[in-house]
Amino acid sequence: MFKSKVKMLQLAVTLSACAFLLVPTILSVMAGLTVNYFKGISSGLTLKWVYQVWELYADSIFLSMWLAVACLFCTLIIGLPAAYGLARHPGWLSRLLEEFISLPLAVPGLALALALLQLYGSMKGFRASWTFILVGHVLYTLPFMVRSILAVLASMDLKTLEEGAASLGASPWQRFRDIVVPNAMPGILAGALTVVTLSIGEFNLTWMLHTPYLKTLPVGLADSYASMRLEIASAYTLVFFILIVPLLMAMQWASARAQRITQ
Amino acid sequence: MTNRTFVMACLAPLFIFSLAFLALPLIRLFLVSGESDAGWAIYLDIVRKPRYLNTLVLTVLVSLATTFAALAVSSTAGMFLVRNRFRGRGTLLAVLTLPLAFPGVVIGFLIILLGGRQGLVNQLTPGHVVFAYSAIGLFLGYLYFSIPRVLLTVMAAAEKLDPALEEAARTLGAAPHRVVIDVIIPGLMPSLIASGAIAFATAMGAFGTAFTLATNIDVIPMVIYTEFTLSANIAMASALSIVLGIITWILLLIARSLSGSTVAGGG
Repeated sequence: MFKSKVKMLQLAVTLSACAFLLVPTILSVMAGLTVNYFKGISSGLTLKWVYQVWELYADSIFLSMWLAVACLFCTLIIGLPAAYGLARHPGWLSRLLEEFISLPLAVPGLALALALLQLYGSMKGFRASWTFILVGHVLYTLPFMVRSILAVLASMDLKTLEEGAASLGASPWQRFRDIVVPNAMPGILAGALTVVTLSIGEFNLTWMLHTPYLKTLPVGLADSYASMRLEIASAYTLVFFILIVPLLMAMQWASARAQRITQ
Repeated sequence: MTNRTFVMACLAPLFIFSLAFLALPLIRLFLVSGESDAGWAIYLDIVRKPRYLNTLVLTVLVSLATTFAALAVSSTAGMFLVRNRFRGRGTLLAVLTLPLAFPGVVIGFLIILLGGRQGLVNQLTPGHVVFAYSAIGLFLGYLYFSIPRVLLTVMAAAEKLDPALEEAARTLGAAPHRVVIDVIIPGLMPSLIASGAIAFATAMGAFGTAFTLATNIDVIPMVIYTEFTLSANIAMASALSIVLGIITWILLLIARSLSGSTVAGGG
C-alpha cells in the first residue's frame, strides 16, 4: 500500500509527530503510577500518588469544576442572545462588536489579566473572590460560545422562519424560545463543550488573577511542578488528563457535527 | 416590544460585559503604560534597552523556528492523512489533534519529562543531556502545541485540493519534489500562511509553557510577568503587553482573512 518512497517518508514524518506528542504523555501517566520513577517501572505500580494528589489538591479540582459550570452559565446568558442579535442585525456595527469581543482569542491572556488587575485590583472584595477569576474565564471563552452559535444561525434562513412565526402571532420572545434556541442547539452544544474544556484548562489568565486561597486545577499543576516530587506532579497531571480528555473528545465531536450543519 | 428593541436587548448583556471587562481594562492598561517617569518614550525603551530588545529578538527567533518546523511537520502529515485511507488513520488523527486544549503548563511539564534532569533522553543516552530549560526545550514545547493547530488548518485546505492536478503534473513527467513545489505548496499557500500566523502568534504569547521551562532564558511573556510581580515596573509590563497584544492581534487578523476560522487558545 505505501509503496513509493515519498509515501514512506510522509508516513515516517506522521508517525514521528505522533510519537513526539504521545510519548511524553505516556511517560507522565507512567510516572504518576510507579512507586519510584527514577528506578523505573520495576519498582512497582501504585495509586499512592493519586491519593496524595487528592488529599493535597481536591479543593483546586472542585474549584475548577465549579468555575467551569459558572462560566458556562455566564457565557450562555450573555452569548446566546448576543449571537441571535448579531445574526439578526448583520452590518458593520455587528462585525465590529464581534471582532472586538474576539480580542481575547488574539491578545495573550497575560495582557488581559494585567489589564483587569489594574482596573479592578484595588476593589479588594472583588479582587479576592472567585468571581474575579470567573470574569477572566468568561472573557476568554465568550467568543467561542458566540461564534459557535452564530455560525449555525448564519447558515439557516432565520428571517423567513421568524417571519412565518410572526405572521402566526408569535412574539419576539416566543420566536427566540421556540425557533432560535432549538435550531441553534448544535452550535450551543459545541460552544458549551468548548467553554467547559477551555475553562478547566485555563492557566495564563488564572495564574495572574488567582489568590493563594483560590487555586484552580492548572494553577495547582504549576504549583506541583515547581515544588512537588515528580511522581506527585505526574499523578496530578494524570488526574487532569482523565478530566480533560473525554471533554476534548466530546468537544471535537460536537464541533464537527455543528460544522456539518453550517456547510 | 418591537422586534428591533428585542434584538437590541439581546445584545445589551454582551455590550455591557465587554465594555466593563474588556474595553475599559484595555484603555486603563494603555494609560498605565505611559505613567512612568519615561512617559510615552517607554515604547522606545523596548527597542533601546538591550534587556528588552534581546528578549524580543529571542522570542521572535524561537517563534519563527517553531512556525517553520510546525508547518513542515503538519503539512506533510496533513497531506498524508487527507490522501490516504488506512486502518489506524483515525487514531493517528486523534493523537495529533488531542493536545489542542492542553494548557501550556502541562506541555511544559511534558517537555521536562522528555528533556529534564529525570527525563527520558537523559536516562537513555550516556552523559548528561538536559535540554528542557534551554531555547531547545522552549522550541519543543511551542512545537508541541503548534502541531495540532497547523494540522487542522492545513487538512481543511488539503481536502479541497484537487488530486487530478498532481496526477497531471506526474503524467507530464514532474519529479515528486517538483509536484510538491509547483502544485501542492501553491495550492495550500493561503492555509500555510494562515496557520503559520496562528502558530507564530501563539508562540509569541505563550506564557504557561515559558513559565515552566524558561528558568534560564527570557521570553517576552516571562519578562512581562517578572516586571509586574518582581520589579513592580508596572508601566513597562503594560507597554510590553500592549506591543505583544498588537503583534498577535494583527497576525491573527491576517490568518482569519486567509482562512475562515482561527484555532486559538493560549499556550
